[in-house]
Amino acid sequence: MRIRAQISMVLNLDKCIGCHTCSITCKNVWTNREGVEYVWFNNVETKPGIGYPKDWENQDRWQGGWTRKANGRIIPRQGSKWRILAKIFANPHLPEIDDFYEPYTFEYEWLQKAPELQAQPSAKPRSLLTGEVINKIEWSGNWEDMLGGEFSSRGRDYNFEGVEKEIYGQFEETFMMYLPRLCEHCLNPSCLASCPSGAIYKREEDGIVLIDQEKCRGWRMCVSGCPYKKIYYNWSTGKSEKCIFCYPRIETGQPTVCSETCVGRIRYLGVVLYDADKIEAAASVEDPKDLYPAQLGVFLNPHDPEIQAEARAQGIPDQWIEAAVRSPIWKMAMDWKIAFPLHPEYRTLPMVWYVPPLSPIQSAHEAGKISAKDGMPDVRSLRIPMRYLANLLTAGDEAPVASALERMLAMRSYMRAKTVEGRIDPSIAERVGLTQPMIEDMYKTMALAAYEDRYVIPTTHREIEEDAYEMRGSAGFAFREGSGGDSKTNLFGGTKRTPKKPYMDVPT
Amino acid sequence: MSDLLNQLAFGWFPYFAITVLIVGSILRFDADQYSWRSQSSQFLRRRQMTIGSNLFHMGLLVLFVGHFIGLLTPVGVFDAVGVTHSFKQITAMVVGGIAGVMALVGATLLLHRRLFDDRIRRSSSVGDIAVLVLLWLQLVFGVASIWWTAQHLDGSEMVQLMGWANAIVVFDAAAPGQLAEVAWIYKLHIILGLILFTITPFTRLVHIWSVPIWFLFRPGYQIVRSRHPIGKRRDIPAGPSLPGGGQTVARQASESGGSGA
Repeated sequence: MRIRAQISMVLNLDKCIGCHTCSITCKNVWTNREGVEYVWFNNVETKPGIGYPKDWENQDRWQGGWTRKANGRIIPRQGSKWRILAKIFANPHLPEIDDFYEPYTFEYEWLQKAPELQAQPSAKPRSLLTGEVINKIEWSGNWEDMLGGEFSSRGRDYNFEGVEKEIYGQFEETFMMYLPRLCEHCLNPSCLASCPSGAIYKREEDGIVLIDQEKCRGWRMCVSGCPYKKIYYNWSTGKSEKCIFCYPRIETGQPTVCSETCVGRIRYLGVVLYDADKIEAAASVEDPKDLYPAQLGVFLNPHDPEIQAEARAQGIPDQWIEAAVRSPIWKMAMDWKIAFPLHPEYRTLPMVWYVPPLSPIQSAHEAGKISAKDGMPDVRSLRIPMRYLANLLTAGDEAPVASALERMLAMRSYMRAKTVEGRIDPSIAERVGLTQPMIEDMYKTMALAAYEDRYVIPTTHREIEEDAYEMRGSAGFAFREGSGGDSKTNLFGGTKRTPKKPYMDVPT
Repeated sequence: MSDLLNQLAFGWFPYFAITVLIVGSILRFDADQYSWRSQSSQFLRRRQMTIGSNLFHMGLLVLFVGHFIGLLTPVGVFDAVGVTHSFKQITAMVVGGIAGVMALVGATLLLHRRLFDDRIRRSSSVGDIAVLVLLWLQLVFGVASIWWTAQHLDGSEMVQLMGWANAIVVFDAAAPGQLAEVAWIYKLHIILGLILFTITPFTRLVHIWSVPIWFLFRPGYQIVRSRHPIGKRRDIPAGPSLPGGGQTVARQASESGGSGA
C-alpha cells in the first residue's frame, strides 16, 4: 500500500447558477496573456450541448483517454508509445484553434476616436491571431449558453446516448443544466501518459497535475490525449498549458480562485487519501460501469486508525491526515455517495467530482399522477433524464445517480418537516439509507455551505523543502519576462511580433 | 574560386559552424529552456500540415542518416566491405533522390502556408521564416545536384566530397584542397548546410536535439514528482495544540473569525 494524498474538488451542480464568475476570475488570473486568449482553464457549459471545444466528449474523434486491450491492459487511446511518436510530425487527432474559437477583441478605441459619421460607430470584433475584422464569431467558451443555438446542433451531445432525444428539442419538454469544467487532476492522467518529453507530472504531495514549462517541447500529444480537452496549446510560446489548480493558493491553505469566488457556494475542496498501488487495476476493470465503484475502492478511509498510522509512517504530515478526516470530499463521495466522477469511462480516474442536479418535474399536467413521497416527486419523473446524468457521471449506470438524487430530495423533505412542520422524522433518512445525523450534516455542508465546511485545505510547508531565496522574483506564467507581458530582445529568438495593435479601417 | 576563399569556406567555416552549433546549443539549453520547443503551427491551421510536415520530416530524416553515413564513413571501409564507389553513388542518388523530392514537396507545402496563411505568417518570427526558406533552398540545391552527379557515375567526385568530410573530422589541414575540383553546386550545398548549422542555436531548429526517443524507455506511463524523497517522513514542526483539533481546525477557526493559527 502506497498512501498518497490529493486535494480534490466536488462541484454541487444542484446549486450552480451558471454565472461564470469562476471562469472570469480564473481567466483574469491565469490566461490573460498572448497565445492563451482562447484558453479557459475553467469554463461553464450549458448542457445539453457539444461544448468547448466543439464535441469534446466524442473520443472517436479526438482519441483522448485510455482504451482497454483484449489482454486487460490499458494504453492511451491514441496508441502505445510507438504509435504516439509516429504522430509527432502532424498529430491527426489535434483539434484546431477553430474547434475552440478564434480569439478576438473589439475595436474599443474606435468608439472614442471615430470622427463624425452618418451612423453610430460600432466596435467590430478583431481577430487576435491576424488582426483582421471577424465578420461572424462562430464559437466560444460557452456558445450554447442557456440552450443557445438550434437543437440539431446541441442534440449531438454525446450524453444523449441511449436517450430518446427528439422530444427534448421541443420547447415544453426541454431541459438544461450547467457544467463547470476544469482540469480533473486525474489519478491516471492520459495527458501525462501521452507526453513524449516527460514534461507533465503529478505532484506527490497534493496530486496536482502540472506541465513543466521548461521541459515541454511542444509535441502537443497531451492536447489530444486529454479526454476533457483541458490542455491548451499556447500558440505564441509553443508550449502546452493547463489548469494548475491554483497551487500557489492551495499550498498556503487558500481555495482555488474559481472556488473562492463561486457565488453559488457550489465548490468543495478537501484531502482524499488513496492507495497508489490500486490505480492501475482500478483503471483497467473490464466493464466501464465498474469504473466508478473501482475508483471508490482506491480511496482510503482516513477515519481508520490503521490507515492513519500507515499514512504517518509513509510521510503524510499530521495536518494532512487531520484535513482528510474532516474532508467534505470524503463525506460527499464516500459517506453519502452523492458525488460522481465526470466520464469515468475515459479510465483516467478523475478527481474533480460532481453532485448531479435536481430538476423540475417533467410534465406539470401529470404531476398529480406521480407518486410523491413526503411531498417530493419520484426522481425518475424529473426533467433531466436519468440516463443523461448517468452518461455524464457513471458511464451509464443509473442506479447510483438515482440514489444520490433520492438522498438530496430526502434531505429537503427532512428539513422541510423539521423547520416548517416542526416534526423530526428519522424515517425519511432511513428510507434512503442515511441516518439522522448524516442528513443533518448533509444539510449543513450542502445547503448552508459555510466557508470552513467547504474548504478544508492543509498547508504545504514548502519552506522546509525549498530555498525560497533562489525563487525570489519569479512571476508565474510570465517566466523570465516582465509580468506586464512585454518581451525583451534576446540573443535567442528575438522580439515577438504581436498582432495586438491592428490597423483600423474606417467604416462609412 | 581563390585559394583564400576556398580555405575560408571549406577549411575554417566548418569548424566555426560546428562550434557555434554545439556551444550555442548547450548555452541556450542551459540559459533558456523555456524557448526550447518545436513551435508547431498545426494548432493554428491544420491544412497542408498533415501531408507537408510528414513528407518534410520523414524525407529529412532519411537524408540526415544518408549524409551521416555516406560522408563520414571512411572511404577505406567501403572498399574493405566491397561496396564499389559506383554502386554507392547510385544508391545515394536513388535513396537521396526519393527522400529529397519527398522533403522538397513537404517543404514547399510548409513554406506556402507559412508565407500565405495569414494566421501563420503573423505569428511567425523572422527566424521561423528564414529557417524554412533556407531549408527549402538547401533541398533544391541537393535535389538539383543529382543532375551533376549523374554526369559521372564512377563515384570520383563523391570520393572527393567524402574525403573532405573525413578530413574535417580528423582535423586534416588538407581538407579544403579536396573540394578544389568539385562542381559549384556541391560547394553551394555545403556552404548553405554549414550556415544552417550556424543558425540552429538561434532558431526553432534546436528541437532536433530533443527528439523524444526516451519516451520509449519510460517505465510505464505515469510520472510523479516530489519535492522530498518519496516515502520519507517530512519533518514539519507541530502547530499550536488546540482543544479538539490540530492545525486544520486552527486555520478554520481563524478564517471564521475566531482566534487561531
